[in-house]
Amino acid sequence: MSEPVITLAFAVSVLAMTFRMAVPLIFGTVGEAFAERSGVLNLGIEGMMLVGASVGYLVSYHVGDNWAGVAAAALAGAAMGLLMAFLTVSLGAQQHVAGIGTTIVGSGLSFYIFRLGVPLVSGIPPTVTSFPELNIPLLTDIPILGPIFFHHQALVYVALAVVVISAFIFYRTRFGLIIRAVGENPRAADTAGIDVFRVRYVCLILAGALTAVGGSWLSIAQSRFFLPNMTYGRGWICIALVVFGYWSPLRILGGALLFGGIDALQLSLQAVGVEIPYQLFLMLPYVVTILALIAVSRRAKAPAALLKPYRREE
Amino acid sequence: MDLRFRVEKRPPAPMWLKVTAPVISVVAALAICSALILQAGVNPLYGYYHLFVGALGSTLGLSETFVRFSPLLFTGVAVALAFTAKFWNIGAEGQLYAGGLAATFFGVSFIGAPSALIIPLMFVSGFLGGALWAVIPALLKTKLKVDEVVTTLMGNWIMWYFTSYLLTGPWKNPVTVWPESAAIAPTAEFPILVPGTRIHLGIPVALFCAFIYFLIHARSSWGYELKAIGANPKASNLMGINVTRGLVTVAILSGGIAGLAGVSELGGIHHHMKTDLSFGFGYTGIVIAMLGGLHPIGVTAAAFFMSVISTGSQVMYRVTGVPYPISEIIQGMTLACLLLGVFFTEYRIRRKKE
Repeated sequence: MSEPVITLAFAVSVLAMTFRMAVPLIFGTVGEAFAERSGVLNLGIEGMMLVGASVGYLVSYHVGDNWAGVAAAALAGAAMGLLMAFLTVSLGAQQHVAGIGTTIVGSGLSFYIFRLGVPLVSGIPPTVTSFPELNIPLLTDIPILGPIFFHHQALVYVALAVVVISAFIFYRTRFGLIIRAVGENPRAADTAGIDVFRVRYVCLILAGALTAVGGSWLSIAQSRFFLPNMTYGRGWICIALVVFGYWSPLRILGGALLFGGIDALQLSLQAVGVEIPYQLFLMLPYVVTILALIAVSRRAKAPAALLKPYRREE
Repeated sequence: MDLRFRVEKRPPAPMWLKVTAPVISVVAALAICSALILQAGVNPLYGYYHLFVGALGSTLGLSETFVRFSPLLFTGVAVALAFTAKFWNIGAEGQLYAGGLAATFFGVSFIGAPSALIIPLMFVSGFLGGALWAVIPALLKTKLKVDEVVTTLMGNWIMWYFTSYLLTGPWKNPVTVWPESAAIAPTAEFPILVPGTRIHLGIPVALFCAFIYFLIHARSSWGYELKAIGANPKASNLMGINVTRGLVTVAILSGGIAGLAGVSELGGIHHHMKTDLSFGFGYTGIVIAMLGGLHPIGVTAAAFFMSVISTGSQVMYRVTGVPYPISEIIQGMTLACLLLGVFFTEYRIRRKKE
C-alpha cells in the first residue's frame, strides 16, 4: 500500500494555492465586468493580460522593484484599453473583431518587447524576486486557517479589495448606476445627459489596467519570469467567468475561486505523481460557461447593449 | 463634452475607395510597426526589404509562403463565409483541430489503404469534424438564442484541451515522448506537387474552396440569402428566407472549411496530429476575412499577404535580428487600421456649424 495522497497538509496546500491561482482571474474578470456592464465585450483581454505580464516583468527586472512593475503593467494595460475603446467606441467597430485584433497586437507586442528587453541565458530569461508572503501577527499562526487565508503575497489581498470596491461602485454609487444604464440602454442614457462614449472609455481603460495587473501577477509573483503566451487562455477564462458570475463582482469572486481551485487541484495532484487526465479539468471552465450561457439566455441577464456599437446619429 | 465635430453617414462609398482602404491600412500598419523595428536597432526599410524579398524573392521563400497560404486561405474563407451571414464564428481555431482529429482517426488507422481512398476520406471526415464543432454553437444560437461569439471562442479551448488529452493519452504516439499522435499511413501523406519544395495537395484544395466561395458569393441565390440574413434577419424571415436553416448551413460550411485547414496541415506538413498544429490560424482568419472585405478575391489576396508577412518575418529575423513576433503585431495593427479605414468609407467627420 502506498501512502494516502489526500492528507490534511495536501488539502491545506491546495486551498492556499487556490487563492494564488485565482488572483489573475479576479483582476481580469472584474475588469471584464466593467467593460461588459458598460456594453462592450472586451475580447482584447487575453492580449492585455499578456502585455501586463511582459511589461510587469521587464520593469520589475530593470528597476528592481516589483510594485513599479505592477504599476507599469497597469499603465500599459490602460493603453491597450484605450486602443480597444478607440476601435469599439469611437469607430463603432464590431466588438469581437476589434477585440481579436487587440489581442493579436497584445500577444505579439508582449513577446516582441520581451525579446528586446532582456538577455536570454541559454534560452532562459533571468528571474525576478517575487513578493514576500505577508506574516500577519496572530492570524498567520492559526493552524490550518492561517496558511490558507493569512499567509499570501500582498496582491492577493489587493485582488480581494478590488472585488469589494467594484461591488460597491456597481451597486452603491452613482457612477455604477451610470455604467449599468449605458450598458442597458445607451440611447436613453444619452438622452438623460450621460456621455456614453466617455463612460465606455473609462470602463475599457479600467478593464485594461486591472487585467494587466492580473497578468503581471503571473510573471512577477508566480513564475518570476515571462514566457510567450504564458497566460495560456486565462483571459478567455475571464470572459467565461463574467458570464458564470452573472456580471456581479461577488459571484465572480466565487467563480474565480472555484476555477482557481480546479487548477490548484490538478496541479497539486500532478505534482504528487497522480496520473490524471488534467486536460479534462482545464476544459471544465469553458464547458461550464456554455452551460451558464444557456441558463443566462433564458433569464436575459446580460447587459442588453452588449456587442452593439452605439452611434448617435442612427 | 464639447462636441465641435460631428460624425455623419456618407453616401455609399465608391468601389475604388472600398478597394484602396485595405491597401492603405496595410501601408499604415507597416508604417506604425516600423517604429518597433527601429526600436530593435534596425532600419525599417532594410528590415521590410528582407521581409518581402525573403518571402517572395526565392524559390524556397515563395514555396514556404504558399505552404503558409494554405491554412490561412482555408480559415479566411471559413470566417468570411460565416461573417457574410453575420454568424460571428470566432471558433475556426477549434474547428481546425476538430477537423485534424477526425482526419487523424482515418489517417492513422487505415494503414495499407490506397491514397485514392484514404486522402479523400481524410478530407471528408475533417470537413465533418469541423462542421460538427461549428454546428453546436449555431444550434445554440438559433434554438436557444445563445450568442455565438462566446460559445465559439470557448469551443476553441475545449477542442484544444481535448486534442491535448487524446495526444497525451489514448492516441499518444507510442514511439516518441512528444504530445503527438502516431504517424499517419504513408499513403495518407499528401503528394508534393512541386518537387524539392513542401507545396502539397492542400494548397489547390484551399484555392478550390475559395472558388466555391466565389460561386456562392457572386453567382448563387443562396449567397444573396446569406447577405440578406446578415443585413437583416427579421426582414429576411418576412421575405420567406428560412433564417435558421441558412445560419445552420453556413455554420456547417464555415466549420467544415476550417476543419480542412487542419486536414491540410496534418496530411501536407506534419503527418502527426499535434497540439501545435495551428499557430493561431483560426484567429488570423478573422483578420484575413475582414481585410478581404468578405469578398472571395479580397480574402484570397489578404490570405496571401498574411502568408508573406508570416514567412517573411522569419527571414527578417534571421537576417536582421528583428524578433519575429513582429508578424503578429503587423497582423493586428493591419486590422486596427482597417477598422479605421472602414469607418472613413462609411462616415465622415464634419465641423459643427455654430
